[in-house]
Amino acid sequence: MSFIETHISVLVVIVPLIAAPFCILLRNSVTAWAWATVVCLVTMALAVQLLQQVWLGGTISYDLGNWPGPWGIVYRVDELGAFVVLIVAALAAIVLPYAKTSIEREIPKERHYLVYCMLLLCIAGLLGMAVTSDAFNLFVFLEISSLATYVLVGIGQDRRALTAALRYLILGTLGATFYVIGIGMLYQMTGSLNMTDLATLLPAVQDTRTVHAALAFIVVGFGLKLAMFPLHFWLPNAYTFAPSAVTVFLAATATKVAIYSLIRLIFTVFGDIEPLETYNLRFAVIILAVAGMFAGSLMAIFQTNIKRMLAYSSVAQVGYMILGISIGNALAMAGGIIHMFNHALMKGALFMVMGCVMYMLGSVKLEDMAGLGKRMPFTAAAFVAGGFSLIGVPLTVGFVSKFYLVQGALLAGWWPIALLIMLSSLLAIIYVWRVVEMMYFRSPAIGHGQMTEAPMTLLIPTYVLLAAVFWFGIDATFTGDLAMAAAESLLGGSK
Amino acid sequence: MVDLSFPGLLNYWFVFLLMLIGLYIVIAHENLIKKIVGLNVFQVSVFVFYISVAKVKGGTAPILADGIEVYSNPLPHVLILTAIVVGLAMTALGLALVVRVQESFGIIEDDELRALEDQQEDEGNNA
Repeated sequence: MSFIETHISVLVVIVPLIAAPFCILLRNSVTAWAWATVVCLVTMALAVQLLQQVWLGGTISYDLGNWPGPWGIVYRVDELGAFVVLIVAALAAIVLPYAKTSIEREIPKERHYLVYCMLLLCIAGLLGMAVTSDAFNLFVFLEISSLATYVLVGIGQDRRALTAALRYLILGTLGATFYVIGIGMLYQMTGSLNMTDLATLLPAVQDTRTVHAALAFIVVGFGLKLAMFPLHFWLPNAYTFAPSAVTVFLAATATKVAIYSLIRLIFTVFGDIEPLETYNLRFAVIILAVAGMFAGSLMAIFQTNIKRMLAYSSVAQVGYMILGISIGNALAMAGGIIHMFNHALMKGALFMVMGCVMYMLGSVKLEDMAGLGKRMPFTAAAFVAGGFSLIGVPLTVGFVSKFYLVQGALLAGWWPIALLIMLSSLLAIIYVWRVVEMMYFRSPAIGHGQMTEAPMTLLIPTYVLLAAVFWFGIDATFTGDLAMAAAESLLGGSK
Repeated sequence: MVDLSFPGLLNYWFVFLLMLIGLYIVIAHENLIKKIVGLNVFQVSVFVFYISVAKVKGGTAPILADGIEVYSNPLPHVLILTAIVVGLAMTALGLALVVRVQESFGIIEDDELRALEDQQEDEGNNA
């Protein structure tokens, strides 16, 4: 095997990690951006290679520094891990070209290199979370990505970005520390931090109160990080006031990776115990997921700031993913996994549209978008297309995920859940329609009549993502096969 | 079942007491600096927890030398060194953000900040 093939699972993490400080050395806005873009493209190529290797050759295990597990840190990449790596790396590779124009408009020039440095660190942290098989290593990567995220949110131009970042920091740190407490308790009971090793050791002590408490701490901790209802309060303001390009990347990836980690912990570490069954958690988690779907969508309907509206919609979409993983059959699980990818595409595209609007108008308020269909036809059309996917119209990716979820719910014999999924889609129609109506059926304010389209550097990445929204909506064999394989290996591992 | 009877595992009782004190400060205090300090107290309690886990009765420091048979588990110590660094970064970033908040809002009380933000939101809507 070649050097890259042997070390692929660690390369995806250390390439952006080592590259990040160079942005600080480069200083200059354009060179730092060019460097970060090249690094993201390389990471993307590595991610594709990683997925290919896992798909053809099965799970990759990599002993860091040749220290064998369970004592050394082991990176272990299966289908799901490789899929998440691809989501993060692909979104990064699309966001970076977009970021230059958007960030030049929104952030003072002397801080640009910091944004690119933090973006690379955030990417490295998220990728690390996806590949690591060491519970404490997961915490370290979680904090690398989180700390970078707090900086990225706080760098926004509105002063409310600072308070949003600070509140995110407080809740995020609480979440991460809860996770560390949980891991400490597991270590206390088993003497191991390696996830596969923990999975074999835990069943012997599954009835102790320490393990119960550990599971509770871990679920609540990651619940905070992934904005599970009702632990989502940090999310709307953080997404609203972060710079547009940052919001695109965070909304598309950060919560997904946290969900991935939770899946990893529940279905791999606690896999043999089947915690959702054994501790009667399934019903509670489903209620929270459904409540999140409705609360997020309802809150979205009443927002006048469209970035915040999309942020609340993210809370609802996280509900779909949690619902998918908690129903408990492979179809629903695949629906949850596929929705991680699909939601990354569509929410990324929609927030990119908001970046275009912010660039031209300097505002993302609903009333400022009057007549946008005439003034910025391509941008407005992109919003309509992304909105369709959010609702779940056939031929878009949103339909594919909901199709899997509904099928999974019906297979489990829970038709009320299937009905609720449909109902919450109706709420999505309402909040998307409010914006569409404003864009196409209201005349623009006086003096805003002329056509002023966003620059190509913003529009092209937006349309690339939208193309993916329709591509994977029409032909879902790639994502469907991958998600089914991942779901079956997750649930199979627990039997 | 783990026995949490009173004097038996005294240090764990103190760990959770400290944990709750930290959590209470984060939730109950409006002053942002106090919130950050509360977070620190909360994190320190977790550090103490890990160190307690590592302690082996009658054990000494894990140093390779003649005559040392029983020693504490060094792994949690190493983990906590990492966690301390992470906590330090969090504190530094948090305090830096508080400074920026003070510069742009003039206050660091969370409830008053919330009122100011709502006001800015309303003005933004009317403008």
